[in-house]
Amino acid sequence: MDPIIILQAGVATGTVLLFATIGEIFSERAGVLNLGVEGMMLIGAMSAFSVTISTGNPWLGVLVAMIFAGLISQIHAFITITLQADQVVSGLALTFLGTGISLVLGEGLSKAGTVSLLPNFSIPLLYRIPFIGPIFFENQSIMVYIGYLMIPLAWNYINRTRPGLHLRAVGEYPSAADALGINVFRMRYLYVFVGGMLAGLAGATISLAVAPGWFSELTTAGQGWIAIGLVIFAQWDPVRAAVGSYAFGALRRLILDIQGPLTLFGFDNPFYYNPYWGFFLQMLPYAFTVIVLVIGSREAIRKRLGAPAALGNPYIRGERGL
Amino acid sequence: MIEKTSPQSGPRTGSFRIKLEPRLQEPPRWYPVAVSVGAIILALILGGIVIALSGGDPFRSYAHIARASFGNIGVISDTLVKATPILMTALACSIAFRMKLWNIGAEGQFIMGAFGASAVVLAPLLPAETPAWIFIPVMMLAGILMGALWGFIPGFLKARFNVNEIISTLMLNYISISWVNYWIFGVWSEGGFQMSPRFPKTSWLPRLLDYAESFPILRGLTTHAGLLIGILAAFVVWLLIYRSRWGYEIRLIGDNPQAARYAGIDISRNTILVMMVSGALAGLGGMSEISGVVHRLQTSPIAAGYGFTGIIVAWLAKLHPGVIIVVSVLFGALLLAGREIQPSGVPKMIQGIILVCLIASDFLLRYRIRIIRAGTEE
Repeated sequence: MDPIIILQAGVATGTVLLFATIGEIFSERAGVLNLGVEGMMLIGAMSAFSVTISTGNPWLGVLVAMIFAGLISQIHAFITITLQADQVVSGLALTFLGTGISLVLGEGLSKAGTVSLLPNFSIPLLYRIPFIGPIFFENQSIMVYIGYLMIPLAWNYINRTRPGLHLRAVGEYPSAADALGINVFRMRYLYVFVGGMLAGLAGATISLAVAPGWFSELTTAGQGWIAIGLVIFAQWDPVRAAVGSYAFGALRRLILDIQGPLTLFGFDNPFYYNPYWGFFLQMLPYAFTVIVLVIGSREAIRKRLGAPAALGNPYIRGERGL
Repeated sequence: MIEKTSPQSGPRTGSFRIKLEPRLQEPPRWYPVAVSVGAIILALILGGIVIALSGGDPFRSYAHIARASFGNIGVISDTLVKATPILMTALACSIAFRMKLWNIGAEGQFIMGAFGASAVVLAPLLPAETPAWIFIPVMMLAGILMGALWGFIPGFLKARFNVNEIISTLMLNYISISWVNYWIFGVWSEGGFQMSPRFPKTSWLPRLLDYAESFPILRGLTTHAGLLIGILAAFVVWLLIYRSRWGYEIRLIGDNPQAARYAGIDISRNTILVMMVSGALAGLGGMSEISGVVHRLQTSPIAAGYGFTGIIVAWLAKLHPGVIIVVSVLFGALLLAGREIQPSGVPKMIQGIILVCLIASDFLLRYRIRIIRAGTEE
């Protein structure tokens, strides 16, 4: 149980959550709550794995995963933006739909064999930094490095650019944005698509890099829902999303590793001698998600922060309200 | 308002526009039913297309579903067995959804109800030779209590800390599976298998085949008393929602929380209460499945997604308890027949497509579509 190995693997596992969480942040910042993340991730994982098996090219797999998940997200966009239906129910439906479609199209994939995975490499010089180097820059998947780049890019886009300002306006005060000539409907479709593509990327990261393979619903095992929880903890901020994602990634890895050694801190390892205590360890990521939500909600009240004001509400032109 | 202009559709008719207008009057009573049926038919067509794309034969799949679920009295009985847990979870969802509390945790509450009922036998709280008339009520009570507890947690977190109940109930689903696994792998495992020993017969809900000696026609029919409990529960839920003061409060909170607050209704208290009642119903469903069908504690037949199917059924029935009974039977048929269909994800996918089509079709209840020829403008 080497802490460096746990953290190193945690960063890799956390990258999945990072992509999904940042994707959901974009969608929610535009005012659309999309509870379909889990379904879109499964679509992404399934299609990335399937395409890579038949073509041998993992990058093609990633591309198809992002496009397919993005297209599926547009069903949610159409139902909630154009048809103005409830975003909660529609998002749930999207998860059912994505899960079902990926199970049907992924039939037989679990026995399909191995695929050529996305490359792993170390960053020259940086990987020699003590402690930090081996955790973040040594022999990581290229997806992990893409994740590093995405955090500042997403933060900068949302907070420091003109289109980012429009994005926030559409989520906070759509009628004002509309009056300024921003096309609220088109923007919302666009960012739901972005969210879908990133969820697809998260799925592809699982099946082609972090835990290669297709294991039906267990491929994601609720990570899409954890990502939605992390968005609230992150207060819709990509940097905080990264902190939460990597912490959850490390936790998942810790749960696997803690059951290995004979002794723990000089004592007999209870999880080694009572293997079924491991089920309590398996609960931890889900229990922590609830705790993280409590912390996030309390903080939101204290700091008077909160969700984008128009989150969850359809925009109807000419109607009073936001 | 949304306006869409279609392109030129021929020189004769000229261009026309599709115009959407909000409905100002209530549509006739048959209209919502027709829209729902239309949505389901559309969903089956779309599902068939996906089946065909993945190399299957949609007509054979659907014919198989119909035959394998309503073909003879034996499979009709099996359909009712499958419908029973769905009925309970759908009732559980309907009461929470009525208050716009998105309890997605009927699955976990169902599992915990099954656990509670099993604990009565396995702990054991009651000795194996206890007569059935004590055994079964105590198991029902234990199932209800565990389900209510599993509903209380997200209800309390929502009322006290404003924690999103969708995520907390979902997380509790995963936790409940690990919890049951701990008991059947470790404590109650039968000879190292991942299941508990079989329960004594006195803890089984009566089944139709128990009466086959006096009525030979009932031989082999596994429909159990859980169905009656479910129908009774549906009636109680109907009374509660439509005929009680509390039900009125719940509906008011769901329709207009602001008005409810001004009327002095305690929303926090009702949040917790509704989540507990919802959890109790799902927990009762878990008890009925354990005591009526599985007869031992085991994860796979209990965590089979009944809680999630219940969400769709509740929505499809527009949260009305009576309609829920009918829709549960249809979905019981889908699940029963779906077990043998390849690929195995088909029933889940069809459920997803049905839900998507239903939500989309709600639009037709709020808007009317008018097609206007160019030139006859307004």
